[in-house]
Amino acid sequence: MTTTVPSTRSPKRIGFGHRMSAWDLKLSPYLYISPFFILFIVVGLFPIGYTAVISFMDWDLVRNTGEFIGWGQYEWVLSNPKFWIALRNTFSIFLLSSIPQLIAAIFIAAMLDQNIRAKTFWRMGVLIPYVMAPVAVALIFSNMFGDQYGIINTMLNRIGIPDIAWHSNAFASHIAIATMVNFRWTGYNTLILLAAMQAIPRDYYEAATVDGAGKIRQFFSITVPSLRPTLIFVIITSTIGGLQIFDEPRMYDQYGTGGANSQWLTISLWLYDIGWGEWNFGRAAALAWILFLIILAIGIVNLFVSQGLIRDEGGRGQLTRKQRRAAVRAARASVAAEAHGTPGTSSASAQKETVR
Amino acid sequence: MSATTSMPLHLDDSEIPTEERRPRRRRRGIAVDRPGWFVYTALGFVLLASLLPYYWSLLIGSGDSSTIRDTNMSWIPGGNFFANAAAVVNNEAVNFWTALWNSIWSSAVIALSVVFFSTLAGWAFAKLRFKGGNILLIFVIATMAVPTQLGVVPLYILFADLGWTGQIGAIIVPALVTAFGVFWMTQYLRQTVPDELIEAARVDGANSFRTFLTVGLPAARPAAAMLALFTFVTAWNNFFWPFIVLDPQNPTLPVALQLLQSNYFVDYSVVLAGVLLATIPLLILFAFAGKQLVSGIMAGAVKG
Repeated sequence: MTTTVPSTRSPKRIGFGHRMSAWDLKLSPYLYISPFFILFIVVGLFPIGYTAVISFMDWDLVRNTGEFIGWGQYEWVLSNPKFWIALRNTFSIFLLSSIPQLIAAIFIAAMLDQNIRAKTFWRMGVLIPYVMAPVAVALIFSNMFGDQYGIINTMLNRIGIPDIAWHSNAFASHIAIATMVNFRWTGYNTLILLAAMQAIPRDYYEAATVDGAGKIRQFFSITVPSLRPTLIFVIITSTIGGLQIFDEPRMYDQYGTGGANSQWLTISLWLYDIGWGEWNFGRAAALAWILFLIILAIGIVNLFVSQGLIRDEGGRGQLTRKQRRAAVRAARASVAAEAHGTPGTSSASAQKETVR
Repeated sequence: MSATTSMPLHLDDSEIPTEERRPRRRRRGIAVDRPGWFVYTALGFVLLASLLPYYWSLLIGSGDSSTIRDTNMSWIPGGNFFANAAAVVNNEAVNFWTALWNSIWSSAVIALSVVFFSTLAGWAFAKLRFKGGNILLIFVIATMAVPTQLGVVPLYILFADLGWTGQIGAIIVPALVTAFGVFWMTQYLRQTVPDELIEAARVDGANSFRTFLTVGLPAARPAAAMLALFTFVTAWNNFFWPFIVLDPQNPTLPVALQLLQSNYFVDYSVVLAGVLLATIPLLILFAFAGKQLVSGIMAGAVKG
């Protein structure tokens, strides 16, 4: 092997050092990425495969082995009414948290995108909830949403609305848990969307203003369509995270079993209960795989839908006359800007930094 | 607080003569005015909503066990916070100081390790050419879609075999390097380091690892700092896996907080004092590094 070391440039200098450096060039990339892959194989790939194996077993904790029973665990999970309740709850909480959150995030980002004063102050302000642990958020909100003495019910009473059973009513409990998720993540997603908004060329707005479009019209005709790729990114990540929800429902009462009638039992919560409450690893493994397949299925649907959307964006028919006019104007403006030349571009400054 | 301070801000704004304001507008090249009171009021409400749960936990956490039942409760904190905090710290079932120390050192170790290994792998993916690099990178990204839940059963069996259940090592090892970190550093290094710089280092006789140390690491510093922050916050707040694998005797803070609530009788003034106590370290971190967190999220979004 060592003789095949490429040495076309200076055939006379095939010394030990040269051979070493060729190997160095070839091998070191693999060496550098190996920590990730080694760790992923040990704590990622192996457990995934082993989860599949265990899911076909009746696992014996004492002997630490299992007996193959085929699809039995999957049948048990899928025929258990608790699974369907947990699935319903998970989706209900997910929808209640993601949709209002995205809408709120878009509007807050649009406000932060204005020429406001003290930008950093407001941006940091919306991110404050993010540093609080979900467990802590859940403890605070489960107290605020108390059925009897919670501040939310007290406030509602003041404006004439009778007590809402935030814990015993399933839908109300989903709203309460979704509120925790929204509290923690709205600001985070706001900043992501804000970054995307700032990447929209300002000329579009200028052109629209010249054309007489108001702020609101500009928001719906320029801002929202330009956000599409970022929105897809946010939706996919929040789907993956949202369907795994555990911390908030676990802490919604002191027992952590999802309520007396499984009002807010989620799939992850049930998985924990099967695995480390009933100590039935076979069933827990089967449920884990079912959860993964659900996430995968929704991810693929997301991908297809979003790809369709992106392809549509290239279509000419999608553009309104104003957008087309704005695009032409933007192109003209950018040509003009290039002609003037812009000193201190980002690439130059980045280069400076790396040299330092 | 925010709603009231935002109003004067707006008034200040309108007091400036328009002639003086105009040049500032021009510089951005857009004919947008400073937004009106509506934007500040709405943002003020958002800020208020962000702070309300913190304030609520201070309010209840500084009262006594009857505060929560008082429908005419005052909006001014009481004087019992330190007594309640002491009750948290002295609760033998909760092991607060152990939990605090465990959270600090495990999160720090995880953050440092993730940054180092992610920078190394990101450097290889972004700047070194090797067979299968692109496919392996796609594979790394794909692993982000795998939920934690899929691996916890065998991981638990594995760590139980090793006798690691209840050990902090059991929560550190699976988190030593993350797909997100590798992806993040790859994106950053790809954009910031020019290939000529690597060539120059090589011509100077630096071997591959030396090039990484002298060119890659310094260039990666800003992104590495952000990654460290995010990893630290995520590790600090992580609950699902620590809750499974750790014992109440040797918890992290979220696991300890869960113990606060698991008694039959729950005194919420103590629970919420504990919540505040456990959040203070991250609030201090936020005060110093909040700006970096904000720009980190915004930078990641554009590339992601």
